Amino acid sequence: MNKHIKHWFDTGMPFVWLNAGAVSVSVIMVVGLIALIAVRGLGHFWPSNIAVFDYYAEPNTSAERLMGEIVDEETVSRSRAGNPGYQGETIKRNLIKSGNRDISGLDFSWILDAGIKNISYPDDAVVVERREWGNFYGFLTGLEKDGQKISNNDRLWETFQEEIERNNKVFKEIRHVEKDLIGAINYKMERLRLKERSLELEGEKTPENLQIINQQREELQREYDSYTTQLEKLYSKFNSSSFNAITADGKKITVSLSKVVRAYQPNAMGTLDKTLFYCEKFWEFLTDDPREANTEGGIFPAIFGTVLMVIIMAVMVTPFGVIAAVYLREYATQGPFTRLVRIAVNNLAGVPSVVYGVFGLGFFVYFLGGSIDQLFFPESLPAPTFGTPGLLWASLTLAILTVPVVIVATEEGLSRVPRAIREGSLALGATKAETMWRTVLPMTASAMITGLILAVARAAGEVAPLMLVGVVKLAPSLALDGNAPFLHLDRKFMHLGFHIYDVGFQSPNVEAARPLVYATALLLVVLIIILNLTAIRIRNSLREKYRAAEQS
Amino acid sequence: MQQNNLDEIETYHGEEAVTESSVTTPTHAIDLGSIVKSGVEANIADENVCIEVSNFNLFYGEKQALKDISMKIPEKKVTAFIGPSGCGKSTLLRCFNRMNDLIDSVTIEGNIKLEGQNIYDKNVNVADLRRRVGMVFQKPNPFPKSIYENVAYGLRIQGIKDRRTIDTVVEKSLRGAALWDEVKDRLDDLAMGLSGGQQQRLVIARAIAIEPEVILLDEPASALDPISTLKIEELIYELKDKFTIVIVTHNMQQAARVSDYTAYMYLGEMIEFNDTSTLFTNPNEKMTEDYITGRYG
Repeated sequence: MNKHIKHWFDTGMPFVWLNAGAVSVSVIMVVGLIALIAVRGLGHFWPSNIAVFDYYAEPNTSAERLMGEIVDEETVSRSRAGNPGYQGETIKRNLIKSGNRDISGLDFSWILDAGIKNISYPDDAVVVERREWGNFYGFLTGLEKDGQKISNNDRLWETFQEEIERNNKVFKEIRHVEKDLIGAINYKMERLRLKERSLELEGEKTPENLQIINQQREELQREYDSYTTQLEKLYSKFNSSSFNAITADGKKITVSLSKVVRAYQPNAMGTLDKTLFYCEKFWEFLTDDPREANTEGGIFPAIFGTVLMVIIMAVMVTPFGVIAAVYLREYATQGPFTRLVRIAVNNLAGVPSVVYGVFGLGFFVYFLGGSIDQLFFPESLPAPTFGTPGLLWASLTLAILTVPVVIVATEEGLSRVPRAIREGSLALGATKAETMWRTVLPMTASAMITGLILAVARAAGEVAPLMLVGVVKLAPSLALDGNAPFLHLDRKFMHLGFHIYDVGFQSPNVEAARPLVYATALLLVVLIIILNLTAIRIRNSLREKYRAAEQS
Repeated sequence: MQQNNLDEIETYHGEEAVTESSVTTPTHAIDLGSIVKSGVEANIADENVCIEVSNFNLFYGEKQALKDISMKIPEKKVTAFIGPSGCGKSTLLRCFNRMNDLIDSVTIEGNIKLEGQNIYDKNVNVADLRRRVGMVFQKPNPFPKSIYENVAYGLRIQGIKDRRTIDTVVEKSLRGAALWDEVKDRLDDLAMGLSGGQQQRLVIARAIAIEPEVILLDEPASALDPISTLKIEELIYELKDKFTIVIVTHNMQQAARVSDYTAYMYLGEMIEFNDTSTLFTNPNEKMTEDYITGRYG
């Protein structure tokens, strides 16, 4: 027996099994992780059916009527279920999303499985997504416009949908006027104010200059006034209609259509309808702004902020890291000092990221930003321009965080360029710089991009340092917009990683937000995968070209 | 770091020893009469001197690799360096275009004159020197670029941008290296796709494209098969009309076939330097005779 085991060990099979096992576990973990967040996150957008229950909280009380989606179920001990009158050591209970926060104060409630009698799925059950107070669940009873009933029973639902669509168009228009047009005027007004202030600081606040400024200001003011009247009209149109509805337990409410995002009857929808609805919701998630303290709507600003920050970081970290690596490997005299520098660089990669955040805040934001403000933006002081956390500082902090990765990868690439190739170039009369530029650096390109891939992967997933140097829960405007100079590096921005943290932990409505946490996490992972795949593709095409040379 | 450089040089020679045994069989004496070309009877004293080495010493750190070498390399002839591994022939060759400058630990004494000018003078621009003294290495080392760009490399370094000039030079050089017919239809392909022999001829084309005065060949055929070797040798024979050629080789038949003059080196010393037929048929030194008849090592 012993002999057999020894023989088995001698064949090397245990080692093969060990390796294969480790690989399988890794694959299972990665696939499992992505599958879990995908299932949890993507399920959120599916319109589930709405059940109406007769529910007895205790065996002998009278029934109450409830309505909502069944979100989750679990089995708990009697005491955790609140010692109800039902039998059994353990009690099964369901989590119901019943919405109607404005009426009942809660969106979610646990109900005991044993107390449920008569589940039905009426076709006319309506879900209304609102801009305030979360979803409404109930039955539509009527529509009003300027206080007049406009409903007729046959076409009530169709009219409701048409009204919602019309109202949403008005809403879009209002948003356009408020954000884009009036936003631009506000931006220009602010610029004028700063101009006036800087004239004052330079002692050139002459009546002539002042007159020009005032003239421009009046012009802007006129424009602004015209927009406000337009807005008023839009708003009165927007608020003109409302709908009447009744909840499952008979409470009547009237809600203005200006609060309605969309309404649907999930029980009456077929699979195809639901799929279309799903796509629409998912698209909204990708492209829209967040609502209700980030727990509803989309996460576009966070996606945008993450991508923009990573791009700016990459643009800064790559040249810097490459230049440093070239000097270290090619020009510096190899000795104790360069070894020390290498050790320092490698250790830099191991510093906890939040430390970089603190460094970024202290050095970039307060010191550099503060100095820039004093030198270049004295007119807006004491309000800081760059002396406050923002996109530029966040990108720079992450660039410092990831520069060791780029340096190490580039150095490795440089050391892989064969001596024969360098000598070949030098022997043709090329100087060292020409050799570097024409031959060695192109051959190192794939290694540089490898470094960049690692840097991007690390930077896109960082949250801790960003909280100190520029990420916010809700940024009023994107860092890239139509107002010159278009890219506003001083602005604060939203970030997917921070969004996950914020929605998951800081949200007023944790149950409602949980699926969004998964969906956002999935999106973050997908985003990093996309960024990486792009870089990997570039690298592979480069590597293909130079592989033969490296092997010789 | 110094030690590393030394090691690299050592392994460099180590490789030669391996490839050599597959090409030559130095254990039996060579039938010299059939190998040595007739007609090269001129004495070195009659030739125009291209490179003059005088009292040249070279050290890798503490170790002396070249010992008091003095010689005159004639113009537009082929001069071969032969000798056992580690004798310093490659090192000496690499002194002619100052390739040894790349090794930190190298120190030199004495001087080498190219056309009367000391190449180790402080005023000498090394890049200019290397433009005048081209080099081909043991292993083909084409750049990871197209065939065309490989040949055009030296011209682009010199700042020549005119497409037509470059086209002309590329064609001329590839013809000069007897490669044109094989590659004319695929000039834009990567040079890595060529065979070893073609790559080596490409590297020669690359070297002659910048029209140097001297071409140094550091065992140009040792990594090649016999047919490619033959082609390279024919090429060397043709090139000597235009260029002064210095070739390091492990292969004595090769030295005998292609060179006009041959130097035998041993342990960093120049044992004998003479015209090839004399050196192989009637060596002055006992050591040379031992080596060429295969009694050495």
